[in-house]
Amino acid sequence: MSTLETPGGGRGRLIEEAARVRGRSLWDDARARLLANKAALSSLIVLGIIAILALFAPLLSPYGYDEVMFDRITIPPDFSRAHWFGTDGLGRDLFVRTLHGARVSLAVGVVATLVSLVIGVAYGATAGFIGGRVDELMMRVVDVLYALPFIFFVIILVVIFGKNFILLFVAIGAVEWLTMARIVRGQTISLKEREFIEAARASGVGTFAIIRTHILPNLLGPVVVYVTLTIPQVILAESFLSFLGLGIQEPLTSWGVLISEGAINMETAPWMLAFPAAFMAITLFCFNFIGDGLRDAIDPKTR
Amino acid sequence: MRETLLEVSDLRVHFPVRGQGLFARPRPLRAVDGVSFTVHAGETLGIVGESGSGKSTIARAILRLNTPTGGRVVWLGTDIARLSEHALRPLRRDLQIIFQDPLASLDPRMTVGDIVAEPLTVAEPELTREARRERVAAMLDLVGLSPQMVNRYPHEFSGGQCQRIGIARAMVVRPRLVLCDEAVSSLDVSIQAQIINLLKRLQREMGLSLIFISHDLSVVRHISDRILVLYLGRVMELGPAERVIGLAHHPYTAALISAVPVPDPAVERGRPRLLLEGEIPSPLDPPSGCVFRTRCPKAQARCAAEVPALVPRGTDEAHLAACHFPNI
Amino acid sequence: MTPSTPRPADPAPVLAIEDLRIRFVTRDGAVRAVNGLSLSVGRGETLGIVGESGSGKSQTFLAAMGLLARNARVEGSIRFEGREMIGAGPRALNAVRGKRMTMIFQDPMTSLTPHMRIGRQLTEVLEHHEGLSREAARARAVEMLELARIPDARARLASYPHEFSGGMRQRVMIALALLTNPALVIADEPTTALDVTVQAQILALLARMTASGETSVILISHDLGVIAGLCDRVVVMYAGEVMEEGPAEALFANPQHPYTRGLLRSVPRLDRAGGDLVPIAGQPPDLEALPPGCPFAPRCPHVFDRCHTEHPALRPAAAVPSWRKACHLDGFETPPQREGA
Repeated sequence: MSTLETPGGGRGRLIEEAARVRGRSLWDDARARLLANKAALSSLIVLGIIAILALFAPLLSPYGYDEVMFDRITIPPDFSRAHWFGTDGLGRDLFVRTLHGARVSLAVGVVATLVSLVIGVAYGATAGFIGGRVDELMMRVVDVLYALPFIFFVIILVVIFGKNFILLFVAIGAVEWLTMARIVRGQTISLKEREFIEAARASGVGTFAIIRTHILPNLLGPVVVYVTLTIPQVILAESFLSFLGLGIQEPLTSWGVLISEGAINMETAPWMLAFPAAFMAITLFCFNFIGDGLRDAIDPKTR
Repeated sequence: MRETLLEVSDLRVHFPVRGQGLFARPRPLRAVDGVSFTVHAGETLGIVGESGSGKSTIARAILRLNTPTGGRVVWLGTDIARLSEHALRPLRRDLQIIFQDPLASLDPRMTVGDIVAEPLTVAEPELTREARRERVAAMLDLVGLSPQMVNRYPHEFSGGQCQRIGIARAMVVRPRLVLCDEAVSSLDVSIQAQIINLLKRLQREMGLSLIFISHDLSVVRHISDRILVLYLGRVMELGPAERVIGLAHHPYTAALISAVPVPDPAVERGRPRLLLEGEIPSPLDPPSGCVFRTRCPKAQARCAAEVPALVPRGTDEAHLAACHFPNI
Repeated sequence: MTPSTPRPADPAPVLAIEDLRIRFVTRDGAVRAVNGLSLSVGRGETLGIVGESGSGKSQTFLAAMGLLARNARVEGSIRFEGREMIGAGPRALNAVRGKRMTMIFQDPMTSLTPHMRIGRQLTEVLEHHEGLSREAARARAVEMLELARIPDARARLASYPHEFSGGMRQRVMIALALLTNPALVIADEPTTALDVTVQAQILALLARMTASGETSVILISHDLGVIAGLCDRVVVMYAGEVMEEGPAEALFANPQHPYTRGLLRSVPRLDRAGGDLVPIAGQPPDLEALPPGCPFAPRCPHVFDRCHTEHPALRPAAAVPSWRKACHLDGFETPPQREGA
């Protein structure tokens, strides 16, 4: 029994030393693997550059995003007048508009994804952890929502509430959280059966504490991966809605709006399509590469 | 007689299994069906059985990780089989468990220090951070791990070391009874011996009782004072370890003993083998009477008609067997 | 179990492995699974391979079957019936495996096709490898299942693998492995997933069905008891190397390598009461960072300076020429005994 009692001074020193020995957490491992993945690393850098450009766009160019110049309608890229990407049909500078569109598109992507993340994780974790009839009921609701055709759903919303910026988030968020909820529920159910959860229950740890200390941290991995793959989907969905004229309204712009305009003038002014489309394609590629990289990094066994 | 800590009587755990067909009623899977035994202070009770014998279900029922269908689990005079989770919480520190899979029983996202500290935060919330760290460090030291490991993560350890962490987590609250559910079964031979010796040492130093559950009769014999032989959710034989192995009353125990290989060719090749026919029947549809009768070399008509009672059959009152035609 | 006497060494071994090295290349570095392993199996012999996890015992024989994972780098030589298996093309491998050299796995579900009837899986092998007609193949399949003591064999040909219990499935697996009268059967932990009473049935079956002496058996197991019951000769592996090899009975009675001795002292025996186990100290070998000398040196109770610097080669361990060990130690000071026994 003596070894269990108050230890001598030697152990105190050991514990202090221990504080300095840091373990390699699974996150540290994942970070190292992610940074070793060339595609993911370059995607991160490219995405970072696009984000910085989007933030500081107005400072780089002398023109405003809604500044109409009737003497400069539809001119091709012209470096002497600082129209690096040319101008559109109203003489607005396309460089500024493309980066402004990047702001809106990225913002919609991130915000709508966060909304779907919060709803999806809360909903899925609750259904999965409680289980039984509650789970059945909650997941049937998800199935029903899944079955609704997305465009039909959006058109109904537009008809009822009129065109509205907030509506965009609602419409996209309402669809994207469903998959998140399913993923989180599945993960929660498999986690719940794991022995370390049983060990915690056997020690008398309460339900809420188990969810907070064991379930959520272990959900984080798959959720982070899914988030990075959801952002490009949301960006795509936004541009699709904007393309149909249901999304962002003028003079505000997004990549979807710009591509829509560019597509109309594709034959006479190809630059109007090329630049926004290139930016969007590169961004989507980057997110997908990062998502794949994260998945490999967080769970190297599932490759 | 030493103090009785745990008294399990007529424990039943049935799981509903959905029947085949649309309107079929759920049928009960009788995982544990009328098991009784006691555990005294400081002793080791070995529970041995093959897959489907219900040995792990017993452990989980005692800890209320699943709810008993019937029977009593009396811990120091209190029946805990019916207690609410809230009323049970203060008793939980006395009863701890060590699992089979060392890595799976540790949360991969937590540091070793946090894992071992977790039961302590529940059992003794009044401890200061400093005191808790001291206790965790002392416990790690006791199970043979350097206290410097506290900030490391489970995946940085080998299987044997992970099992030491699992033992530290179970022992840190100074429980009175620890259930070892196949605690050494997934370990390599050389590491298994380390862990067995560690468990024996901790038991001695802390005055613990152990319920040691395993399919490996050699290990159970080595560590246990008494052995309980389980088959299809029922007790076949229960008695002092040396008597159960040396003078097995029940034909199932005898067959089990003869099936266990001995690591010595000179002995192993000369041993008589009692080969049992067939395999364990489904617990959804157990045989009538004695559940072992379908594989028993001594089965007679009476075995199908009448469930044998678990009673002393030989000279020793503590040595019980549930058989109509025991080997005496 | 039939006690078998060691046979005299066959001049032409069925399987001869020379200086085999297997590395797995991973993102985090190279894992050295097998490190200069040599062994051979004589005709009709039953060879036991003992080792803990990380000993390379399974990888060695997966290499012989050409079944290693893609990131494996293999060097050395594995000759089966005189033919080199390393670097052999898929056609050459397929001519041998499943016919002359077969394998029994721990989990039969991994090697039986889940959606194909047992009968078809058996007859396909016969039709493909032996050129039998469908009727002849069927008759032979029934005969084999009956030999494997599967009740109602003819009717069970129409069953799917999942309709059998674990023990019955392993019987089917044994029937399948012995169907073509192979020269060598590799049984990798064949009873580890089974209950002891079923294990006893399966081991007895394996012994009976290979008793004719035409088929050599390699029995890979972590269970010293299983090896002791069945094998003529034993190879003890650690960290991808042979530590000791020799005739089963003598080796178990008087192990010459500290590792073998440590293993035998680590296992509790059902036929002996009391006494303490003497575990091997330390942790399993780290295959990514093996020491330059003897791989067992970090855990060895008899270690001395030379063990850390010089890699021990296999050398005769006793008067019996087939008994060898890889250890610098000449002998133990105390006779082998169990502490407290």
